[in-house]
Amino acid sequence: MTLPQAGWADHPAALALAGRHRVRVWEPIPWVLALAFYFAFPKHLGFGTELLVTILFAISLDLVLGYAGIVTLGHAAFFGAGAYTVGMLAKHGIWNEPVTGLILAAVLAAAVGLGSGLVLLRTHGLTLLMLTLCTMALLEEAANLAHDYTGGFDGLDSLPIAPLFGVFEFNPLYPKTQYLYVLTVLFVCFVFVRTLVYSPFGQSLTGIRENMLRMHAVGAPVRGRLVLCYALSAAIAGVAGGIWAQANAYVNLGTLGLDRAATVLIILVLGGYGRLYGAFIGTVAYMVLSHFLSKIYPTAWQLGLGLLLVVIALFARNGILGIAEAAVRRLRTRHATL
Amino acid sequence: MIFGIDVASMLLGGVAAGMVLFIVSVGLSVTMGLMGFVNLAHGGFAMLGGYAIALAMKHWGLGFLPALVFGFVVTAAASAMLERLLYARLYRATELDQVLFTIGLVFMMIASVTLLIGPENQPLALPAILQGQINLGITHYRTYSVVLIVVGIVIVGGLWLGFERTQIGAQIRAAVDNRRMAESLGINIARLFTITFAFGSGMAALGGGLGAEFLGLDPQYALKYLVYFLIVVAVGGLGRVTGVFYAALLIGVLDFVLKKYVPQGGTAFIYALTILLLLWRPQGLFGAKVT
Repeated sequence: MTLPQAGWADHPAALALAGRHRVRVWEPIPWVLALAFYFAFPKHLGFGTELLVTILFAISLDLVLGYAGIVTLGHAAFFGAGAYTVGMLAKHGIWNEPVTGLILAAVLAAAVGLGSGLVLLRTHGLTLLMLTLCTMALLEEAANLAHDYTGGFDGLDSLPIAPLFGVFEFNPLYPKTQYLYVLTVLFVCFVFVRTLVYSPFGQSLTGIRENMLRMHAVGAPVRGRLVLCYALSAAIAGVAGGIWAQANAYVNLGTLGLDRAATVLIILVLGGYGRLYGAFIGTVAYMVLSHFLSKIYPTAWQLGLGLLLVVIALFARNGILGIAEAAVRRLRTRHATL
Repeated sequence: MIFGIDVASMLLGGVAAGMVLFIVSVGLSVTMGLMGFVNLAHGGFAMLGGYAIALAMKHWGLGFLPALVFGFVVTAAASAMLERLLYARLYRATELDQVLFTIGLVFMMIASVTLLIGPENQPLALPAILQGQINLGITHYRTYSVVLIVVGIVIVGGLWLGFERTQIGAQIRAAVDNRRMAESLGINIARLFTITFAFGSGMAALGGGLGAEFLGLDPQYALKYLVYFLIVVAVGGLGRVTGVFYAALLIGVLDFVLKKYVPQGGTAFIYALTILLLLWRPQGLFGAKVT
């Protein structure tokens, strides 16, 4: 066995590895922009809140899809689990405090993720894809059937959410509280996910994604790691769903549907998966485009979206951030050769 | 006795629906088994084929049978082109890329049909001879359902013969079981893929046209029934014609019976059953054990 040579810590590769998790100079930019949005567009804070919730949901998907490499078509199951937790507790007068409500949503969604992950993650490929899809469809049907508790097809509206910290009222018509509240929750969850993916646990997830056989061979507890990752991601998706229900004061079957699951997948892939910030870029690009186009030209929007997906799958597998990274790399190498 | 006739007629309806499910899904099963390609656009081909059939009948006054042939040929040709130009680039890509590509393709199909023809349901008028009731001895039954069952049996018989008794069928079976071995034996896999893909899409088109009477035909068809087609394929096992046949019959009858007796929870039951079944046998009821 050879010992590391003297001065190995100064090796460029070692430095790059050691510095990977450090906060880059540009990393505060999204947060500054989010705050700037608050002051610049006080009339569009409702849309801004929707953006932030979607970013949070996309980040949760990035954890399983981008880092652990689990291809799922049913991630809205957890979003819906969180949303219905908040909605049913509030509507039936059991619990309507927002922050603890979110924690409950996270716990319940994590339980759903843990339970389904334990059985689903034994499979892979098409079977896994089908099982995630069927699990979500089953939850949706269950929510539809239990209409005494869930409101069925109509959902639950006018949820009586208590004021935040007993002071700040939730009011969909005047969404300043919602926006700042969602932004704070997003920040906390983001810091958690960022810490997680750079931790040894996160590194082992990347290892499983890249080469599952080798991770088995080095003795990593592959199944356990995948299930834990799935449950954590479910918890964050549950928070996103819960906060969506709180901000909109309603919950419906759409929170559990294939539409929502497919949309978040498209958003993440558009921005670039396995990159954390892909969720931000993808959400902003998708939501702004759809906000302006889908209402005026819904069919053309669908056509364009389809074309975009085909082009991404064929030519730009790493999304917008991937294109940007390639461009930066090319500029750098050109700079270096000059 | 009345109850017996009731059960028999319900079974017939379910079996007829199962036949349509089979005709649409069989291509999906073979292409997924053969190429390992997650083709979520398969329902789109059924939708496009159904439109080709319905429009040919409406605008050119084609009969039902010639229109079915027309729909098969047009869809098969179009899908062969798509396969050569686009699908072939993604055979070695990740599942995620295949899913995205085919979802994108479905969106484009739905949007194009909506733009060109309109979002409304496309009526498909059956010829008079297929409408009405037929005397089955013990009971009268809808002629079209009986015709569908006969057509389905003929098709599964034909496919079985094609699979088991022809050279190309043997090549497909060889490629499903062991693609690399088949390739090294000199089987032209790329050509085989194109032929199978085109044939499978053509079958989907037939199913789209034959099933339009009770599944309807509108642009959303491509996504609406996709989960059903996928369930049939997953339950039947990839690349297994007979497996898909039994699975389609099972799902068709179950769906029919459940919708009648438990109109509320029927779909949930099918999803739950599929989940349990796939956990028990990930390769499907009739699929070969994955090694």
